[in-house]
Amino acid sequence: MGKKIGVFVCHCGTNISATVDVEKVAEEAKKKYPGVSYATTYKYMCSDPGQKLLREKIEEEGLTGVVVAACSPKMHERTFRNAAVKTGLNPYQVEVSNIREQCSWVHHDKALGTEKSIDLVRMMTEKARKDRSLDSIKVPVTKRALVIGGGIAGIQAALDIADGGIEVILVEKDASIGGHMAQLSETFPTLDCSQCILTPRMVEVAQHENIKLYTWSEIESVGGYIGNFDVKIRKKARSVDLDLCTGCSSCWQVCPSKKIKSDFEMNLGNRTAIYIPFPQAIPSKPVIDREHCLLFRDARKKGIPPAESKVCRKCYDVCPIAPVKAIDYSHEDEIVEEKVGAIVVATGYQELKNNLYGEYGKGKYADVITGLQFERLASASGPTEGLIKRPSDGKEPEIVVFIQCVGSRDPAKGCSYCSKTCCMYTAKHTMLYKHKVHHGHAFVFYIDIRCGGKNYEEFSLRAIEEEGATYLRGRVSRIYKKGDKLIVLGADTLTGSQVEIEADMVVLASAMKAQDDAEDVARKLSIQYDKDRFFSELHPKLRPVESSNAGIFLAGACQGPKDIPETVAQASGAASKVQALLSSDELEREPVVARVDRLPPPLFSTCIGCFYCQRVCPYGAIEQEDIKARDGSVIKTVARVNVGLCQGCGLCAATCRSKSVELEGFNDEQVFAEINSVEFN
Amino acid sequence: MSEETKFEPKIVAFLCNWCTYAGADLAGTGRRQYQANVRIIKLPCTGGIDPLFLIKAFERGADGILVSGCHPGDCHYNSGNYHARRRWNVFKPLLEFCGINPDRIQFSWISAAEGGKWVQTINSVIDSVRALGPFEGYQKINAIGPEGSGEGFAPSGKTGCECK
Repeated sequence: MGKKIGVFVCHCGTNISATVDVEKVAEEAKKKYPGVSYATTYKYMCSDPGQKLLREKIEEEGLTGVVVAACSPKMHERTFRNAAVKTGLNPYQVEVSNIREQCSWVHHDKALGTEKSIDLVRMMTEKARKDRSLDSIKVPVTKRALVIGGGIAGIQAALDIADGGIEVILVEKDASIGGHMAQLSETFPTLDCSQCILTPRMVEVAQHENIKLYTWSEIESVGGYIGNFDVKIRKKARSVDLDLCTGCSSCWQVCPSKKIKSDFEMNLGNRTAIYIPFPQAIPSKPVIDREHCLLFRDARKKGIPPAESKVCRKCYDVCPIAPVKAIDYSHEDEIVEEKVGAIVVATGYQELKNNLYGEYGKGKYADVITGLQFERLASASGPTEGLIKRPSDGKEPEIVVFIQCVGSRDPAKGCSYCSKTCCMYTAKHTMLYKHKVHHGHAFVFYIDIRCGGKNYEEFSLRAIEEEGATYLRGRVSRIYKKGDKLIVLGADTLTGSQVEIEADMVVLASAMKAQDDAEDVARKLSIQYDKDRFFSELHPKLRPVESSNAGIFLAGACQGPKDIPETVAQASGAASKVQALLSSDELEREPVVARVDRLPPPLFSTCIGCFYCQRVCPYGAIEQEDIKARDGSVIKTVARVNVGLCQGCGLCAATCRSKSVELEGFNDEQVFAEINSVEFN
Repeated sequence: MSEETKFEPKIVAFLCNWCTYAGADLAGTGRRQYQANVRIIKLPCTGGIDPLFLIKAFERGADGILVSGCHPGDCHYNSGNYHARRRWNVFKPLLEFCGINPDRIQFSWISAAEGGKWVQTINSVIDSVRALGPFEGYQKINAIGPEGSGEGFAPSGKTGCECK
């Protein structure tokens, strides 16, 4: 019985019809393609009337297969399939031929474009003739969520999900949650104190009954799929028992290694070897830095277990917890397993290191600092207790030069993008500086001032007009040291003059970059990332919080440079996606899965039981099934696909030696039909 | 114009759904122009490409083939592109053995973010196959069928072998 296929060619306004003769494509289809009983064109197939046309014609013409020649199937395959379902047609009888992204938009020559479109539509028609009706697969959902990263994005997402009554596992790689926001002094455009607005939320996370917090932990591996992820979390050896420790602070007060550069203070301040990163840390319980701790160094040198070392042990001795001390030198990494239904990735960003810039001293001038370092200088809880003192000699700087777009918009340094936050935070820095050093002078070198945000433009103007920062449009070509001054050579392109400033300190508005381990994280999660290693959203406009892997969502600067309000908004968006996903008890999954054939006795299956498929399957979805006789004796052992685990990659089908495995939706018949229908000259 | 210069190769491209197909879409969204000689077949993963698909395309008259998927380590299915590469390593000498110039099949990795790389790659595949000339091996075999019927293989005679 032949299929009755309808071909619908979309004009897409003029996006397709300008370079493809759509009428001719439809005509050819009706005239020449076997099985095509109806063909037409329409201005916008994805529009409401377009979908109505599709539905009407399926019913009127009794179509049993549909090909829509339009944009990429990634755009509207689902739209057309859903429309077909309303008429009772199986959605997998609908195919989309991509004649926009892969034809009309990339070939200006109308004759060639039309010829190619005719070919592409024929290929899909042939595939559609072989399409089988498939039923979607239902899988149960684990109603728990994982949030990776405990910065403001992760905190917001975790709180929003947890407030909805869903259990959340929050994993943070550092010893405390808080992220970069905890390092900031004040926030634009209101100048309210960052820690004052952040720390209450951190406490809320710690106290929330639905949030399980793992700090000093990293994601080891992620398996499974939407609704059913299996996550392994590496709890790094903390050397402190979180259940016993009360955070009394005795241990870090007695620790003799006091001169370790603090990451939290951006290397401007020191910490001890047993430490909490900052006073408001959550949990406010310390961790031992094994690289610097005297005891661990001794143990490494002697090659003995740390617990046997007799060096120092001051923290252990002073720990008041009894009878078992909270400090345990024999702690080892521990792997815990958690099952979750959805994941939010909020792994944040890093600041571009300032040693990349030869012209700015390559990081060797102590008084050329980065934006985050300035935040720590300006912060009341920072190494200078909020006094602006330059790092080299502690002198109050009287002239400070701020340089914008350091790394950003500079393809030579690997960041062609705008980091988006620096214009605003530089304006903020000039104000913080002027508020603390009244007689000081702030110069800002900029390329453009980009202040798109509520009250942002006003804030930046305030820096210039009310607070008296001098803005110079131009780049800085060189910084060099002369005595205790830094000579900044730059251009003022508005007056066309060269500028030389004798500065006491220079602040670089360094680019926001993806984390060093972004690729690693992306691989563990099977999500895509862009050329700058920021994680890719599923659609740049309409699906900005979903990753390329279903059930995994993105929040914050791991997806691209963002300020705090945007980060929080995206985190709440991701949280609402998670709640929607986890609101149902089961999920429908695309039935694009592999199947091993089954035949009547005596063959039962063409499978010869080599199980090569089992070896290549990335998901362990191939099982062995014994086919038994009535008396229970095994006739043969053949492969079987667990459709709950199968993700539909087709590796097994390509590997199978006896052609017993097929991938639904892309079976051999369908692919060969496509290949056979290409018209070769 | 001579026959030689008129030759326009037909390329069949087997692309994975997640990386290269999306990369080709991105080239379209960015309105980047390239030569129209390619016909794309989308599969979930390059690891799911049966070598018979490639042979079939040649048999049908394709002059060149591009197989393109995700970069190493970026496979949506974790390891599919590695399997594709291994299969290719085994398949390539076999092609040579059969007398098909292995340059007619190219293998590449193009991510969903690399619209520009897609354009460069497909243009270079088309150009290089154009330089190789038409692939007529199968047609010649078919043309010398037993009774000159144009069907079936002949045990001897010119087979259009491209062995060097």
